[in-house]
Amino acid sequence: MNIFDILGPVMVGPSSSHTAGAVRIGRIARRLLGEGTPVHAWIGLSGSFAATGRGHGTDRAIIAGLLGMQTDDERIASSFACAAQEGMAFTFESVKLTGEHPNTAKLILTARSGRTMEMVASSLGGGRIMVVELDGLRANFSGDLPTLIVQNMDQPGHVSDVTSMLAHKGINIATLQLSRDHPGGNAVMILEIDKAVPQEGIAWLARTEGIRRVTFVDAEPVEVQA
Amino acid sequence: MAIDSLAGLMQAGAERDLFDVILENDCRERGALREDSLARMRMLYAAIRRAGRGYDPALRSGSGMVGGDGARMRAHAASGKTICGEYIGSVIAQALEMGESNACMKCIVAAPTAGSCGVLPAVLLPYQQREGLDDETMVRAMYVSGMIGQIIARKASIAGASGGCQAEIGSASAMAAAALCYLAGGSAEAVCHAAAIAVKSLLGLVCDPIAGLVEVPCVKRNAAGAMIAMSSADMALAGIRSAVPPDEVIAAMREVGDKMDVSLKETGVGGVAGTPFGQSIAKKMSGKSE
Repeated sequence: MNIFDILGPVMVGPSSSHTAGAVRIGRIARRLLGEGTPVHAWIGLSGSFAATGRGHGTDRAIIAGLLGMQTDDERIASSFACAAQEGMAFTFESVKLTGEHPNTAKLILTARSGRTMEMVASSLGGGRIMVVELDGLRANFSGDLPTLIVQNMDQPGHVSDVTSMLAHKGINIATLQLSRDHPGGNAVMILEIDKAVPQEGIAWLARTEGIRRVTFVDAEPVEVQA
Repeated sequence: MAIDSLAGLMQAGAERDLFDVILENDCRERGALREDSLARMRMLYAAIRRAGRGYDPALRSGSGMVGGDGARMRAHAASGKTICGEYIGSVIAQALEMGESNACMKCIVAAPTAGSCGVLPAVLLPYQQREGLDDETMVRAMYVSGMIGQIIARKASIAGASGGCQAEIGSASAMAAAALCYLAGGSAEAVCHAAAIAVKSLLGLVCDPIAGLVEVPCVKRNAAGAMIAMSSADMALAGIRSAVPPDEVIAAMREVGDKMDVSLKETGVGGVAGTPFGQSIAKKMSGKSE
């Protein structure tokens, strides 16, 4: 842990894991959906999120994140009213996600275009989070680094498509994860990289046959205010 | 070489100012530029001052157990009828206000955790005002407090779930004691002994939040942590030393945390959480979430 893991984050209380982490889970879900504020969100709270989430404002924190708020936004406490203003409907349920971290939420979001996205994420403590499942496939990323997500048919050559594009753009890969539901089925490739992918690189990948969807989320800036 | 013990910090700070030593250590560890590190610490201290001004005595926490006590203490401190005097009264008030702000979903700065966010501001804000210190001086003391927290995190824990409340309020109190001792001109040796005396004073404190919420007994323990930080800093400034070497105190904290029963580590089961009152609140809160 470095000195800024000890001092900070600047956050709305009461809990770094149940409030600040929950805001970050909402934010990463919104950014993965990639179409601004969703029109509907179904949120399943598991473990300690379900048991003590109400008292910690976990529900309001996730909604705040889905609306794009940061962990230090004092509108978090009144995020339900903000959601109504922005036209986002939502439902909460208590669920049992077995085998996951005690502080875990599952989100199913519907975008204005009608597209849906499913994500499972855990709050690890101190406000740090991890996305552990994306559209039903295993994942393991935090969104702290620029992250490229490629959903494709499970067939040979797609890893090469992606890494060639990154090499061509001079972008270094920090981590690379692959996951699939069954041979020849749906696959996902998650790459944490050292800088942002230019729009034309993303467009080129999205046009490639066998690649179903390409999502890029840039790193969250570390806030340095006056 | 990175500083990873209180002995190492005392040695590095024997010849040079602790702030310079710690800032260099941070830049080395994170590969950061000096100005970037300073800008981030200035932002944190500005956020602490903002949080101090942002207290709202009308707010109540999720369970309704917490709110308004900071204002009660603030009025008592100014009444001339305190046992501790006006200054210490204002320290207690600041600790309660920050803890209540956290419980009531206002913006705070975790130091080292959200539950213990009141200890450091409670000793720093009134001291800055009384001594007329500028923010830059306070930022230097923030580095000293952060380094103490870093060493405790490395050798023991700063999480209630793994080390009990001694890891949260105990660590915050040690960090605050070190910062105060540094501000008052204490040597690196005095700073580290102030931290060790604070940790020893809170050794064994359990994490027993009612209904698992960061409310009771967390908020009032911030005031206790601030008091112990002040007495520890004054003892160290008087030339009093921890009989047990500071690093051995931190090792003892880890051992106590390891031996602590799981019901006393942020599970909302034992301690005051397990009292009939605590259980009645837990039952009420679980009914609410269905």
